Amino acid sequence: MKLIILEHYSQASEWAAKYIRNRIIQFNPGPEKYFTLGLPTGLPRDHPESYHSFMWNNFFKHIDIHPENTHILDGNAVDLQAECDAFEEKIKAAGGIELFVGGIGPDGHIAFNEPGSSLVSRTRVKTLAMDTILANARFFDGELTKVMILITGAHKAFALYKAIEEGVNHMWTVSAFQQHPRTVFVCDEDATLELKVKTVKYFKGLMLVHNKLVDPLYSIKEKETEKSQSSKKPYSD
Amino acid sequence: MRGEQGAAGARVLQFTNCRILRGGKLLREDLWVRGGRILDPEKLFFEERRVADERRDCGGRILAPGFIDVQINGGFGVDFSQATEDVGSGVALVARRILSHGVTSFCPTLVTSPPEVYHKVVPQIPVKSGGPHGAGVLGLHLEGPFISREKRGAHPEAHLRSFEADAFQDLLATYGPLDNVRIVTLAPELGRSHEVIRALTARGICVSLVADLRAAEDAVWSGATFITHLFNAMLPFHHRDPGIVGLLTSDRLPAGRCIFYGMIADGTHTNPAALRIAHRAHPQGLVLVTDAIPALGLGNGRHTLGQQEVEVDGLTAYVAGERPDPLGPRSQPACQVAHDPPRACPLCSQGTKTLSGSIAPMDVCVRHFLQATGCSMESALEAASLHPAQLLGLEKSKGTLDFGADADFVVLDDSLHVQATYISGELVWQADAARQ
Repeated sequence: MKLIILEHYSQASEWAAKYIRNRIIQFNPGPEKYFTLGLPTGLPRDHPESYHSFMWNNFFKHIDIHPENTHILDGNAVDLQAECDAFEEKIKAAGGIELFVGGIGPDGHIAFNEPGSSLVSRTRVKTLAMDTILANARFFDGELTKVMILITGAHKAFALYKAIEEGVNHMWTVSAFQQHPRTVFVCDEDATLELKVKTVKYFKGLMLVHNKLVDPLYSIKEKETEKSQSSKKPYSD
Repeated sequence: MRGEQGAAGARVLQFTNCRILRGGKLLREDLWVRGGRILDPEKLFFEERRVADERRDCGGRILAPGFIDVQINGGFGVDFSQATEDVGSGVALVARRILSHGVTSFCPTLVTSPPEVYHKVVPQIPVKSGGPHGAGVLGLHLEGPFISREKRGAHPEAHLRSFEADAFQDLLATYGPLDNVRIVTLAPELGRSHEVIRALTARGICVSLVADLRAAEDAVWSGATFITHLFNAMLPFHHRDPGIVGLLTSDRLPAGRCIFYGMIADGTHTNPAALRIAHRAHPQGLVLVTDAIPALGLGNGRHTLGQQEVEVDGLTAYVAGERPDPLGPRSQPACQVAHDPPRACPLCSQGTKTLSGSIAPMDVCVRHFLQATGCSMESALEAASLHPAQLLGLEKSKGTLDFGADADFVVLDDSLHVQATYISGELVWQADAARQ
């Protein structure tokens, strides 16, 4: 795993955005190869608007994605297993997970990136749902799937410590990603507050190398002209 | 054709690269339209799983709700108060020409006239939706003849009336059937006015006032909601007798009731300082009106307005002729401050001192209002769109870009010049420079 430490929340966000951009370019989507999004949600049914509004206002309305290429999983479905099975079918049909982006809850479980502190009380339910999904390890083909976990803020510091400095532990399920070969943890300084100084210094020392992951690649639009010219191979983990 | 949000077959239009006026703010948002109404793109995305059929780039411009003019007496040579045989085509002409001013809905206004005129004209101007043919007619505004002598302004004295004898029946006898009528301006100090106001309000007709403070407050309790062009034809503000201006900040009004007031921001009728005072005292009630006369869009010279003749000079219009004022200077809207060019000053020009309507188009009024008061663009735009819609109780469908509202809007550049006008999501006018 790689630990990417940026100074502030905004820089961490920007790094993460560039990483996703590069992943999309490397995935090389086209008319025959669609780029789809799977989004879990932990919001209960009686708040369907808030989650959808959040995704719409912060993401979907700014891009030209076709609604058919978005799949929202209901982490609060009555039959979680059935919900996961259906979701798994969709993933298979799309060709597997290329990139998984998630966060962690203060208790170390994989969390959804969801809005609002009013949802804190529902964290338990939704993270358990997520764990159920992740327990289906077949979603994550070690060789192909890349994972990015975003962790920002001092309130996540303890969870990050448990996730990467201690062993793999069922109490801190995100620790399972330590052994995943293609995992990137992106965090801000505040989230590193519980880590050992030597851990932080080690990974900060690697930033020069890790920043190559976000080097600008060719633009897909200009790909045709670029193809004939540069033989630059994009940096890959 | 207007349809429901759920009219699945209709084309979805997405206006991008623009700022839209919504919730009192200019937001960097796209405007989505379908079936002549503003569409909720989130519902379209999640429930119908659809994208836009067509995208239009607005070049970074401002999209505001179409302007609504609730006081316009005519224009381009057309006088709504003339009882001609074909009133309809006159209204249609004005409706089409004001599209270039950003007006998408209006209330043709009739000034004080003899009953024969009303009986002939009123039935010929029905409520009508707007479209490529012109702005929509929301209903008539009958200004007079139930106005008091002292405050008649430019209304001819000979045709003023009262309804002391038979109250509402008198009014019906004068106007004829009220189906096409949306607003009536009257003076509440006339006897039995409260019966009349209540009867009109019960029929959904907006009652507007020209009055002093006490009479106005009582009239508001009876149902009046509008003050016809504040400051003009009104007694001046006095600290022991604030006049109708005091109504803006009155604490004796029914709770939750908003009193609206028309302002002619053409640079002549109201001093900029007076505009600012009114705006600061009660910004939510300010309604920009043109009070335009037939000379709108024509040059200088003499034109008619109902039973009067009017002299136009630049952006100013006065009652024509050398009539001395029988009531003395107090009843006139005398300007107390020294003016710049004497030509624009009522005291110095020929003819009377009585301002008679205006010839500034609505978009000129909006720009002048913005510049004179220093208010925000959002405020100025709402004064010409949202507030008149609220006055008429139409704010769910007009004067707003909220989901479900009629897609009547204007495309403006940053100096609030109209670039294009849309009604029901259809382009009905475009500035020459914008044509491709």
